[in-house]
Amino acid sequence: MAEQGAKPNVSKARRRALDAVRSLFTPLLPDDYLELINPLWSTQELRGRIERIVRETPDAATILIRPGYEWPGHQAGQYLRIGVIVNGVHHWRAYSLTTDPGHPEGLIGITPKLVEAGKVTPYLVHQARPGDIVRLGGVEGTFVLPDPPPEKILFISAGSGITPIMSMLRSLDRDGALEDVVHIHSSRTPDRVIFGEQLRELDARREGYKPHLRITGEAGRFAPHELDSLCPDWRERRAFVSGPGEMLDALVQHWRTDGDPELLEMERFQPVIGGDAVAGEGGSVRFLSSGVEAECDGGTPILVAGEEAGAELPFGCRMGICHTCIGRLCSGEVRDLRTGEVYGQEGEMVRTCVNAPEGDVAIAL
Amino acid sequence: MTTTIKPTAAPIDTQSESPLAHLSEEQLDQLAQEFDAIRDRVMSELGERDRRYIESMIEMQRRLAVLGRALLVASRNRPAWVAGTAALSAAKILENMEIGHNVMHGQWDWMNDPRIHSSTWDWDTASTAEAWKHSHNFVHHTYTNIRGKDKDLGYEIMRIDPAQKWNPVYLAQPVYNLILAALFEWGVALHDLDFEAIRKGHKPTHQVKRELKGIAGKAKDQIVKDYIAWPLVSAVAATAIDAVVQTRRQRKAPRGILGRVKRRKRPSRFAPVVEAALTSGSKTFRQTAKANATANIVRNVWAYAIIFCGHFPDQTYTFSQKEVENESRGGWYIRQLTGSANIDGGPLFHIASGNLSYQVEHHLFPDMPSTRYAEIAPQVKDVCERYGLPYNSGPFLQQLGMVQRTILRLAFPGGKARPKPGPYRGEKVSV
Repeated sequence: MAEQGAKPNVSKARRRALDAVRSLFTPLLPDDYLELINPLWSTQELRGRIERIVRETPDAATILIRPGYEWPGHQAGQYLRIGVIVNGVHHWRAYSLTTDPGHPEGLIGITPKLVEAGKVTPYLVHQARPGDIVRLGGVEGTFVLPDPPPEKILFISAGSGITPIMSMLRSLDRDGALEDVVHIHSSRTPDRVIFGEQLRELDARREGYKPHLRITGEAGRFAPHELDSLCPDWRERRAFVSGPGEMLDALVQHWRTDGDPELLEMERFQPVIGGDAVAGEGGSVRFLSSGVEAECDGGTPILVAGEEAGAELPFGCRMGICHTCIGRLCSGEVRDLRTGEVYGQEGEMVRTCVNAPEGDVAIAL
Repeated sequence: MTTTIKPTAAPIDTQSESPLAHLSEEQLDQLAQEFDAIRDRVMSELGERDRRYIESMIEMQRRLAVLGRALLVASRNRPAWVAGTAALSAAKILENMEIGHNVMHGQWDWMNDPRIHSSTWDWDTASTAEAWKHSHNFVHHTYTNIRGKDKDLGYEIMRIDPAQKWNPVYLAQPVYNLILAALFEWGVALHDLDFEAIRKGHKPTHQVKRELKGIAGKAKDQIVKDYIAWPLVSAVAATAIDAVVQTRRQRKAPRGILGRVKRRKRPSRFAPVVEAALTSGSKTFRQTAKANATANIVRNVWAYAIIFCGHFPDQTYTFSQKEVENESRGGWYIRQLTGSANIDGGPLFHIASGNLSYQVEHHLFPDMPSTRYAEIAPQVKDVCERYGLPYNSGPFLQQLGMVQRTILRLAFPGGKARPKPGPYRGEKVSV
């Protein structure tokens, strides 16, 4: 079955009332009729209506959404799975929430950056309009501020990696806890700085907030050894870093050799899935329901190879989170493209979006 | 690339002549590629327009259902009864055919919509989604018109093909044919159980039990909904409305001294109101239940008629198991093509039939969204014309008439296959 939104927070009385009249509508649900009046009334999945769209940079926009039911809440730094319909097809993606939990209007926001070849960001950044309905999935992620927040914080972000940090900054600001925060943010050009204005405003208003903006197109990439001059006490700070994989790898290395890795938290906002065709041996995949056979190299997820060969396969997040794409492995072994681990027993459910075949496999999909 | 094959002979009139006898293996491969290409082109184009179509159908069905149920609150009133029954019948027909049948075929799975999906859809009929998907999507669509394998060929209770062995039970088929039409959904539900498999022990007992339980559950749901819950809702609503109206009328009774005297003479103000309301309530209950039963029967008869016109008219071919041994993909396409027959009609007729009036296109591409059948029909006809293959179609009453004639004739022993129309020769020549 295809992925759907989270179960909304509906009062017991309402659920009971709907259950009581259910036999009038079987095999449909009362919801199926109520949705004709307002799609947000579904008690089956949480939906939201786009309230405002704020253009942040030429290729990034903040989408502010009003959830259909009371927002169950999130922690600053977490991400949301969101479902949108693009050209008739439901697509699911995960984006960091950029609003903090205490938004005065009860709105939640995400700030996607355009991925030219993508399906979902072109819709969100350029086509979505206030009034559009989106589906809201679960809130996940462990990249969050501890409670109570640490006294001394160091944020390091780059590009759209700023999104979870923004939520944290807003949360600290709202709670009056923005006391001693150093923030090093990198962006290629000045006009691509997402939340540039908000950061400047925060800088002017809060003495405890010390931003360093790095324009990498002019000054080159930020290197870990520069920390000693930008933030001499970095070893004592709880550090939260978010950005491209290379930057994270360099920082992890730096903390390992020169600091306390325990104090480093990070968010890889794009998991590394595949790409390296020679990493594993690959093989052929037989999809038992459709009879389709696909050749799949060691860097390509089973899902992608199947779709290219014409099989119609279930999918959701395409990044190993939602388990929508799972299929029963009937023979062979697979390799997890994120970790490189080779595994698989007959009958095991495997996620086709993050696994490549290791040798020939058959899957009940 | 287009291929044209000169048909070897004029209309084929013998039963033994296979519709693909004149094609070489290479030509069959070519034909399969052409049909695959039609499918690939459509499937790659699917998008917003198709989504809007199915969503609008679902919305229309729900609006019609609400309208029907609302009108039936006044089911005591004849015109309201007729209008309500009509709206409800239309809703049930849409729900079963253009929506349920097609969604459960997986025609809309590409939308990745958790609700409009073959794995989650259930329909308002006696068959459970699971059993039906097996007997229809798998058995019927795979073994279409293969005698002894396609269990939809006469539904195991009718002799619909002269090659089926006669048996005295068939003498009664003109009668149970009519009963089947009225109770079609129950017939389909029982048929899905596959009595032959049960008898031969091919089906484990626990599965039979589960399926029976499934049908019982669906039966209970339908009986509660159509014959208890909704009649009760309309009876209560009608009674309440009546009570309000009656009380108002009484308040409007003559005023002044004379009026007060008149009113005082009555034994009770409310007794007659209650009595009248209860009478009208129970009448409404009966009338609404009757309307719901009628809507179910209308839907059943319509579904029966459309479905019987799909494979049983004279033009269609049936196949022996021997004929389809080692069948190629091209051969499979031709079996689907020649084993099915379309029904001519306008756009509204096609929607009402769930686009099963494009039975040929549906059997070639069972998981293609039904919206697209009308669009690809000219391409399918073009292939038929070039490869010297028949394209079966005809007006509704003609097709249904042929089916009924066959059912009557084959109730008795003997009978032979009807002449086939032969290769499709373009719009002008086709009848």
